[in-house]
Amino acid sequence: MSKPIAGGAGSAADVVALPRARSASPSGMTRFLESERLLAVMLLAPTVLLLGVFIAYPFVMGVWLSLSNTSVGNPGQFVGLKNFVKAWNDSIFRTAFWNTSVYTFWATIFKLALGMWLAVLLNRHFRGKRLVRASMLLPFIVPTVLSTFAWRWMFDPTFSVLNWLLYRGGFIVTKVPFLSDGLYGLWCAIAVNTWRGMPFFAITLLAGLQTISPDLHEAASLDGANGWKRFWHVTWPLLKPVTLVVVVFSIIQTFSDFQLIYVLTGGGPANSTHLLATYAYQIGVATGLLGEGAAISLFMLPVLFLVVWVQLRYLRRLEGA
Amino acid sequence: MVLERKWKTWVFFYIPLTVFIVGTLFPFYWMFITAIRPDAELYRSWRAANNTPFWTLAPTLDHFRDLLAKTTFPTWLWNTFFIAVVSTLISLFCGLLAGYALARLRFPMAGMLGTSIFVTYLVPPTLLFIPLADIIRNFQLGNTPWALILTYPTFLIPFCTWLLMGYFKTIPKELEECARIDGATRFGAMLRIIFPIAVPGILSAGIFAFTLSWNEFIYALVFLSSPEKKTVPVGVVSELIRGDIYFWGQLMAGALLGSIPVALVYSFFVEYYVTGLTGSVKG
Repeated sequence: MSKPIAGGAGSAADVVALPRARSASPSGMTRFLESERLLAVMLLAPTVLLLGVFIAYPFVMGVWLSLSNTSVGNPGQFVGLKNFVKAWNDSIFRTAFWNTSVYTFWATIFKLALGMWLAVLLNRHFRGKRLVRASMLLPFIVPTVLSTFAWRWMFDPTFSVLNWLLYRGGFIVTKVPFLSDGLYGLWCAIAVNTWRGMPFFAITLLAGLQTISPDLHEAASLDGANGWKRFWHVTWPLLKPVTLVVVVFSIIQTFSDFQLIYVLTGGGPANSTHLLATYAYQIGVATGLLGEGAAISLFMLPVLFLVVWVQLRYLRRLEGA
Repeated sequence: MVLERKWKTWVFFYIPLTVFIVGTLFPFYWMFITAIRPDAELYRSWRAANNTPFWTLAPTLDHFRDLLAKTTFPTWLWNTFFIAVVSTLISLFCGLLAGYALARLRFPMAGMLGTSIFVTYLVPPTLLFIPLADIIRNFQLGNTPWALILTYPTFLIPFCTWLLMGYFKTIPKELEECARIDGATRFGAMLRIIFPIAVPGILSAGIFAFTLSWNEFIYALVFLSSPEKKTVPVGVVSELIRGDIYFWGQLMAGALLGSIPVALVYSFFVEYYVTGLTGSVKG
């Protein structure tokens, strides 16, 4: 576990590359291989079975649903791409798609910037460091739904403590419509998402920072590099691999986010803050139009696919190196 | 010179760090203060002269009492705990075996299997919840804890497998080979030599999986319907809001009590959790 994260990325390589053949007699070798295969099948069976039944099968079924007009209590027939076309011409869907992109883009940028800053701060020695580091992860540990409720209460139209602070501080004269305005609502969600996800960035980047030898920094400062230059020319290049992996994870989670919006705005006011997942829920589960709901959530796939592809390509490149 | 450095430390270190700490922890403080605040104080106009938003003059446990006595909150706590523990155990079992196989055994398609497990790790639940709801209904699992116990491993197993596979690779092969020379079978060596050494890795994966299943929301929301079957996150969202009225005192008490178990588990195993977290992104 003391290996740098980036180095760990090479673990996929070990899976692919077969170990060198051991010196053994051909017949014994075959027997050995056979038993090894049998054991592998036995060991992998539970995992393959569970993932097959609850991931691969639902995925295939989701594709079928999206091509049918199935609704609750109605088995449905094949309708081709009708659901996708209908979604694309739906203004709420377009808003949701746009919101999802804006939400993912800005939340990821904020999480990365703040997380990196916090990681650099935590990489120093100071009293109570362990306690601070442990408490910084709390937003990530606590169930998102429950902490989002606290935020919703902080954004309350009548009793918002944030409005009170801004008012007392002399920044505003009337209340800020945090959640009762679509645009404000989306930015509030971005803020809460940043609050929740930033510790994940900070802690993983911190783990990456700790693998960078202090000698490098010493050498750089002897050469006259100031703090910012040391960060930009020494820390950042070494941290890039970890950062890429963390960003990919974060994009996937943020792009497919559901619970935060569901609790904070419920997609309102007037459907202006829906994300793809909350809109798919509204159509597929709350309204019962399974086919259309499945189509809406499948719209996430191209983006997720692209992100996973980048990640896998990156892993391959590390293998090649 | 020394004075200047002190000034710099404050501006570039202590002040930003304090802002981070306050910003991160304030919502929890707010949860707590709301939970112990009497209703009369809770719904006082923000411009009222006697408004004391950051503390309370008459702390009360009424909200907690109501929550525990008048709602099914204790049942939700138990459900969440039960589901999280069982699905974590299932995932650890599968992850241990699969992780070992992928790290140590030679067999055809090992690379492809490793990659596909990694890809399922990246499939978000929100992509699959609609067809899964249909499948759960067909399997007659709807509204039972098994609906969640069997589906949570779909995002826990890939993670556990990945983490444990990495861990197994750090254990020298020679240990196993010694045991096999002494007459142990491959399976026996795995069980008696490798697994005991991997206990820290198992603990990391377990803690992380437990917090993930405690936090899960969308499957629990879609698959469970009756109030006494729900988990804490779903129960708080759907049962503590009656009509359009938010009982904020009770809601915050629920949020606090629902967070404490997982925060406690976390606080006892911070180091293991952090290992799990950083391991979770070790491509």
